[in-house]
Amino acid sequence: MIPAAFDYVAPTSVEDALAALAQHGDDAKIIAGGQSLLPVLRMRLNAPEMVIDLGRIESLRGVRDDGDAIVVGAMTPHSVVGSDPLVAQHAALVAKAVEHLADAQVRHRGTFGGALAHADPAGDLGAPALALGAEFVVAGPGGSRTVAADDFFVDLFETAIGEDEILTEVRLPKRTGWGAHYEKFVRVAHQWPIVAVAATVRVEGGVIAEARIGLTNMGSTPLRARAVEEALAGQPATEDAVRAAAEHATEGTNPPSDLNGDADYRRHLARVLTRRAILAAAS
Amino acid sequence: MTRISLTVDGAKVADDVEPRMLLVQYLRERLGKTGTVIGCDTSNCGACTVHLDGTSVKSCNVLAVQADGSEVTTIEGLAATTGNGELHPVQEAFRECHGLQCGFCTPGMIMQSVDLLKENPHPSEEEIRLGLEGNLCRCTGYHNIVRAVQHAAGAEA
Repeated sequence: MIPAAFDYVAPTSVEDALAALAQHGDDAKIIAGGQSLLPVLRMRLNAPEMVIDLGRIESLRGVRDDGDAIVVGAMTPHSVVGSDPLVAQHAALVAKAVEHLADAQVRHRGTFGGALAHADPAGDLGAPALALGAEFVVAGPGGSRTVAADDFFVDLFETAIGEDEILTEVRLPKRTGWGAHYEKFVRVAHQWPIVAVAATVRVEGGVIAEARIGLTNMGSTPLRARAVEEALAGQPATEDAVRAAAEHATEGTNPPSDLNGDADYRRHLARVLTRRAILAAAS
Repeated sequence: MTRISLTVDGAKVADDVEPRMLLVQYLRERLGKTGTVIGCDTSNCGACTVHLDGTSVKSCNVLAVQADGSEVTTIEGLAATTGNGELHPVQEAFRECHGLQCGFCTPGMIMQSVDLLKENPHPSEEEIRLGLEGNLCRCTGYHNIVRAVQHAAGAEA
């Protein structure tokens, strides 16, 4: 399978990329690592006239310390994010989610920003980004703006990034010393999660002082399990307490029904995986 | 057409390609490197795995233009990287342990195994299976493939 013909530019700066985007508008598609886009183009589900490749923009790569946050460049490959010491120390939840994202070859090529901008509700990074309270830095013709995680995911494959804008970096507020776990349920190797739960908790003296939980594939966007978070606050990190809190995991969700499982099955998974994820994160 | 220059299996090449040309197409159709095979054509099976600037990628899921300026190693150039005219130790281990049935997935399995051992020289059986999760063997011959990787790592069970 071969994509329909397209023109191609590989700008070396964000300014040039924005200019190309302004020039071609709706006819253009941005390619990051291409691990989601290329299959779509090959199956001809999309046929842009122009493909703008961000792969030559060095400033979009890498992870840096920025005081109270770490900043991940949008074009940083998953494999680099997953082995980065700053991520491990301050955003362990992301490291856990990246560890089993797709497969090794895809992690070498796919990018942090590309996956988030693609906004597949079954993608592994949305729920951790929500749970961590990530901020998305988006560049446009009028300069840069920052979008809060709660406002970033709009709908199925749709984000707050405007058609004339590019995601440049993601700021992850430091949650140093928090326990973290990403619990993902799949039937076969390197599948998208049927449901997954991202949990990060701050435990003080055996008590869960604060918890932040994100759900993957329980609606048209990644979701925060706020009812679980509230139920957990101040509770002991015991199986019984966590089990009771995890019963709230489906509040506010609208899971899909498909060949991998119907909505009821997903609701069941969400409760079970939430309990497992919190217990693992707190241990 | 876009002009690309890259190094493939140690040789410098330059060509005009359509932007939509996939790296695997370029390797097979322009350079005749048919050792790299197309299995599923959906980026699932990993049969087309090559090394792009030293790390494994699925060459059906990379555009040739994205590889401009890069160094590519295919299964055909792997033995040459040893510099002694012999098979690469992972190739040798697949032969020794008969890590194949029909052989179609073998080029990708070997290229991914080399990458896996570079990152983790002494993997456990579970780490090998996880490291090869992006490579499918439709004959289901995984057992000897895992043994071959263990053999190459010098830790045959």
